[in-house]
Amino acid sequence: MARTATAPGAPTTKLGKAALEVDDRMIVAPWLRRTMNKVYPDHWSFLLGEIALYSFLILLLSGTYLTFFFDASMREVVYEGSYAPLRGVEMSAAYDSALNLSFDVRGGLFMRQLHHWAALLFVASIVVHLLRIFFTGAFRRPRETNWLLGVVMLVLALLMGVTGYTLPDDLLSGTGLRIISAILLSIPVIGTWAHFAVFNGDFVGEQIIGRFYIAHVLIIPAILLALIALHLLILVKQKHTQFPGAGRTEHNVVGNRLFPTFAAKATGLIFVVFGVCAALGGLVQINPIWLWGPYNPAQVSAASQPDWYIGFLDGSTRIFPPWDIELPGDYNIPALFWPTVVVAGLMFTVLALYPMIERRMTGDTASHHLLQRPRDVPVRTALGAMGLTFYVWLMVAGGNDVIADKFDISLNAMTWVGRIGVIILPPIAYALTYRICLGLQQHDREVLEHGIETGVIRRLPSGEFIEVHQPLGPVDEHGHGQLAYGGAPVPKRMNHVGGARRAVRGFFSPVEEPTQVEIEQRAEGRGLATGESSRELTTSGRPSEGGRPSEGGRPQEPRD
Amino acid sequence: MSTTNPQSEATTPEATTPEATTPEATTPEGPARRARARRRSKHRRRLANVAGLMTALVLTGALYSVFAPAQAADDTTESAAEAAGRELYERSCITCHGENLEGVPNRGPSLIGVGEAAVYFQVHTGRMPLVRQEAQAPDKPAVFSDEEIDQLMAYVQANGGGPTLPSGDLRDGDLAEGGELFRLNCASCHNFVGEGGALSSGKHAPSLDDSTDLEIYTALLSGPENMPVFGDNQLTPDEKRSIINYVQTVNTQADPGGAGIGRIGPVGEGLVIWVVGIGALLFGIFWMGSKA
Repeated sequence: MARTATAPGAPTTKLGKAALEVDDRMIVAPWLRRTMNKVYPDHWSFLLGEIALYSFLILLLSGTYLTFFFDASMREVVYEGSYAPLRGVEMSAAYDSALNLSFDVRGGLFMRQLHHWAALLFVASIVVHLLRIFFTGAFRRPRETNWLLGVVMLVLALLMGVTGYTLPDDLLSGTGLRIISAILLSIPVIGTWAHFAVFNGDFVGEQIIGRFYIAHVLIIPAILLALIALHLLILVKQKHTQFPGAGRTEHNVVGNRLFPTFAAKATGLIFVVFGVCAALGGLVQINPIWLWGPYNPAQVSAASQPDWYIGFLDGSTRIFPPWDIELPGDYNIPALFWPTVVVAGLMFTVLALYPMIERRMTGDTASHHLLQRPRDVPVRTALGAMGLTFYVWLMVAGGNDVIADKFDISLNAMTWVGRIGVIILPPIAYALTYRICLGLQQHDREVLEHGIETGVIRRLPSGEFIEVHQPLGPVDEHGHGQLAYGGAPVPKRMNHVGGARRAVRGFFSPVEEPTQVEIEQRAEGRGLATGESSRELTTSGRPSEGGRPSEGGRPQEPRD
Repeated sequence: MSTTNPQSEATTPEATTPEATTPEATTPEGPARRARARRRSKHRRRLANVAGLMTALVLTGALYSVFAPAQAADDTTESAAEAAGRELYERSCITCHGENLEGVPNRGPSLIGVGEAAVYFQVHTGRMPLVRQEAQAPDKPAVFSDEEIDQLMAYVQANGGGPTLPSGDLRDGDLAEGGELFRLNCASCHNFVGEGGALSSGKHAPSLDDSTDLEIYTALLSGPENMPVFGDNQLTPDEKRSIINYVQTVNTQADPGGAGIGRIGPVGEGLVIWVVGIGALLFGIFWMGSKA
């Protein structure tokens, strides 16, 4: 190989030379350069999806540790471990090993709790991420595929949760398993067969823990991992969306390059997510299976609930009326079928198809890379608020016995509150959100037309008092602003247009620099600045007292 | 007595009015003497009447004094405690449970046969006396002192009998068996670890956090409110002691995983992940987003 050290631009450091050797063989430089120069928008809401990604990472790591000690078997054993109140009790090997994991494996309880908290966080962050995508219209063409992938991953995350919840085989998870079995059985025509296929026989059989285990640690995570990769690849290919603003168009992305700024931020976020999960796992007890006891179909406890993300199905089941449909020939469709299979099926179908539904409704088939502010699309925002209200209300109904108990309300009253609320609250949420969106829109346009309220009150020679407004741009002969609304946030306070001192980014809050005028005045011991060293908001002193108005935020003459 | 009184009152005015009319009756010899004689015999009759009445009164009194001690002799079998208990009962319980513990429809059940166990549980947990009629008697600070509770127990036990208080160590039972029995018999209302739970129409199974051994035992024996009775043929005394041992062991046991967040399972955990977990992370990304 020819010596390249003399070639122009050739590396001279050891590291550079090593990198060159690698690039010679792998040819990674072009790809690496492109990747490291990729630009990420710097709005905070673009980090929501990353929280989900990092909690998935925690789940993989902590879950792997748990598999070393967990025995997914329904073989009957007698507990002889260190938790006294269960010693001598018959239980499945799965529950036995979960107890040993909690009490006799070093770090086992912490890992279990870390895993469970990270699981709750995983689904929660997916939901928050989904809401951001929905309300800003980021799912519009060309990103429908990624939306669909996201919804599929949400469903898979729920399945992960359900199977993981079942594995320890305690009394709580067994109660959940019994409900899963009942839901399967409630499906018309195929119910019994579906149940037999899943459980390999009647409830509970000897297979289900082993089957759920493989689904939980191999099948679903593998699919999820593949879909996450696809999700991110599509994201890179299609590039990020961004909020409208100065210099932002449909054809560029404004933000930070992957390296170094965004990489630093992402690394920081990984540590923050790990930190929050570890703090919860170490400080707050979750799913204390030793208190629940081993599963026994004859036993059940008050306040047996699923984890929060399945709570909406529990809630819909609790408030649904007992309407069994009797068919001739000893067939019936149990009431359970509607609030579980049908409600969940409809909710996720509508969610998955929403981009197509909106495209059909609005006729908007153009490609969009700029996001919309929720207020600018009142119908979508109001629909979203309606769906969210429906979902949250069902979730509340899922905990109605705990609410009834803690707040001393009749459980029957809670059921009726749930039933009535689920019908009347979503339309109310729609109407309220719609009005709020319109109100916010009007205020934006009002500021664009008349300027920012400065808080300066002037008295005219005629005796009339008026508030001075700061126009945002050129004005016509009537003093009305000429700027059109561009879908970006409109400054509403003088601080937003430079009315405040120039600020250096501080650790928690901005640190403001005094202006040149103030520094001069302070040096000469005169003017407003000497007496007001702690003043914060604005540099424009009143001219009558010797101060000089600064460049930004000078109040304009009153308009008609 | 009540029938004789008006008569005696009626006789007195009759006896006095002729006396007032004597001056006007000084008329001819014959009729006057006859009249005087008539008046004298009238007087005599009246005197006889009054004497008879007095005799009857004295007799009644004497009869009463003969029978009354007999009744008093019956009462002497009631111990001092029972008498004090009766006193308390008649002051605080009689309105709803009736004069003879027979109960009052729509107000309170009969207490015949509930035994001292029921009295102990209801009064010691402050459920009785009731503040007002509602879905279920709430527990509150006890109104009666321990001594008064003993007196009430003695009174109710003496009038109808029923389950009595146990003695000895109430936690003298197998821990693991107690857990199994608790999950089988109690958890469906009181939750896995006795945190309590909601029942229908405003009723609820209370938390067992602050319950004493004896309260749990007497509750099992007497089945207060919505709770079924677990008599000695349903759960033997040994099994009851095992359950109490389990409940109290789990109650006092520390949470190895950190803060227990009420030990109510997924509802509390969901609240924590949304408020603490998502809350902290949103703060984190706001903060990162504000950095250049």
